[in-house]
Amino acid sequence: MARTVGFFTDTTLCIGCKACEVACKEWNQLPGHAPEFGDGYDNTTQLDEQNWRHVQFHERTTAKGGVAWNMMSDVCKHCAMASCMEVCPTNAIIRTEFDTVYIQPNVCNGCRDCIAACPYHVIGFDEASGLARKCTFCYDRLQANLMPACAKACPTESIKFGELSTMREVAGARLNQLRGQGMAEARLYGEKEYGGLHALFLLTDKPEVYGLPPTESAVLPSRNNVRSYLGSLLTAVLGVAGAVFAFRDRGGKE
Amino acid sequence: MVEHFVTPPQWEWYIVWYFFLGGIAGGVYALGAILRLMGDERDAPVARLAFLLSLPVLAVCPILLTLDLGRPLRFWHMMIDSRTFGLNFKYWSPMSVGVWVLLIFSLFALVSFLDALAGLRSSRASLLTGGLGRVFVIVGAVFGLFLAGYTGVLLSVSNQPIWSDTWALGALFLASGLSVAAATLSLVTRLGRHEQTAEAKLTRADRYFIVLELALLVVFFLSLGAAGSRFLAPRWMALWVVVLIGTLVPLALHFSTERRTPALLAAVLTLVGGLALRIVVVFGAQM
Repeated sequence: MARTVGFFTDTTLCIGCKACEVACKEWNQLPGHAPEFGDGYDNTTQLDEQNWRHVQFHERTTAKGGVAWNMMSDVCKHCAMASCMEVCPTNAIIRTEFDTVYIQPNVCNGCRDCIAACPYHVIGFDEASGLARKCTFCYDRLQANLMPACAKACPTESIKFGELSTMREVAGARLNQLRGQGMAEARLYGEKEYGGLHALFLLTDKPEVYGLPPTESAVLPSRNNVRSYLGSLLTAVLGVAGAVFAFRDRGGKE
Repeated sequence: MVEHFVTPPQWEWYIVWYFFLGGIAGGVYALGAILRLMGDERDAPVARLAFLLSLPVLAVCPILLTLDLGRPLRFWHMMIDSRTFGLNFKYWSPMSVGVWVLLIFSLFALVSFLDALAGLRSSRASLLTGGLGRVFVIVGAVFGLFLAGYTGVLLSVSNQPIWSDTWALGALFLASGLSVAAATLSLVTRLGRHEQTAEAKLTRADRYFIVLELALLVVFFLSLGAAGSRFLAPRWMALWVVVLIGTLVPLALHFSTERRTPALLAAVLTLVGGLALRIVVVFGAQM
């Protein structure tokens, strides 16, 4: 059944329990990397071929001089205009009947062009399978009319799942509620970027703090096609003109 | 300046060598074509040599690209949709375009190679000298030039910092490819019979290519702006010094009156500089 699904991740409700990370790995049979222990509670460090959900911990100083965390469960944004899908030369990356972005493992040949294209640091290269891998939005669960494992496991409903239009409404209402409570720094991310993301985020700081490009930087790789080819064409003309000029000289004086 | 958070694609040595050899294969073919069309009869052996050289260098390219894939046996997925068995072509994806250009250019390089080989054995005139033959080598040269330059466009059509922050990479790789191709041809010419006039022409052409490359290096850094500060790390600075030595010294040597040794040295330095350029651009943006 064709649907347009979406996530809404409300970072103000995230408690950093990582149930989403665990549920994702369990359902998708991802062994994960060995944990990296730094000076915080983040031991998965990033989204990649093994971490399709990643709970970020950002320390900040509060107005009263204390220390608090901004936490956010990050995930593939399933962009309406997806950079990965744009460059993929094999058409391994498709848009599913749920309007999500999916890498077909039987088509991908591991060229990694999508990795250089994704502005959200989402896709990783899996050495074991030789494939580019990322969140599938639990494609198999959606086909069985189940919600994605991360949303199912989230104990605080920081991760919400539903029809994208519903998620936008819920996100908008939550933003108004928080602003009404005086949280002026609250903002939504994902309404405008890349034609609208299928993973909306309610943030309490600038997008860059969470590793999300600011709205004006949400641009596609193809923006560079015309000017790069034109630069090359001009160089080709100048180079050929130089060669023609040099080769036509019959003097051989040098 | 665009701000992105991108994972490096781990394009490493296979890709560096592909960029380098693709530049030589495409550039050498283009130079051979221009020599054949514009040169005189004394240049014919060098033009033939260019066509003899282009194909073997080109033959290495698909091997490198295939080895770089996570699933090498699926290399054909680049050209054929593995589900519908229709053709895969996305004009807005330089990797997709590049695969087809590589394939089509290979056909031109193969025909020109066989023609040059036949000419070498029977000392008869080339079959590609008539009107159609001229058109054939011109079209082949266009594909060759595309091959030498599109690799930089491929890097730019991404969201990777440095690569996507400039529009000059395709142009820079093309200018460098032409220079490296001239150096390769000049070097190989010396291994065979000494073609002094053709060699002088190659040297003269390389002056233009190097000046073009130097101008594009300036444009490259200007277009990068603050993003170029990534290259200030010592290891990248060292490679940029090699790039500069590989351009400025050959340029100076090309104006030198002393013939043989400086020309050899110039060619070797150009090759080293061309390789260093690709190493610093490919690795420098990913580390």
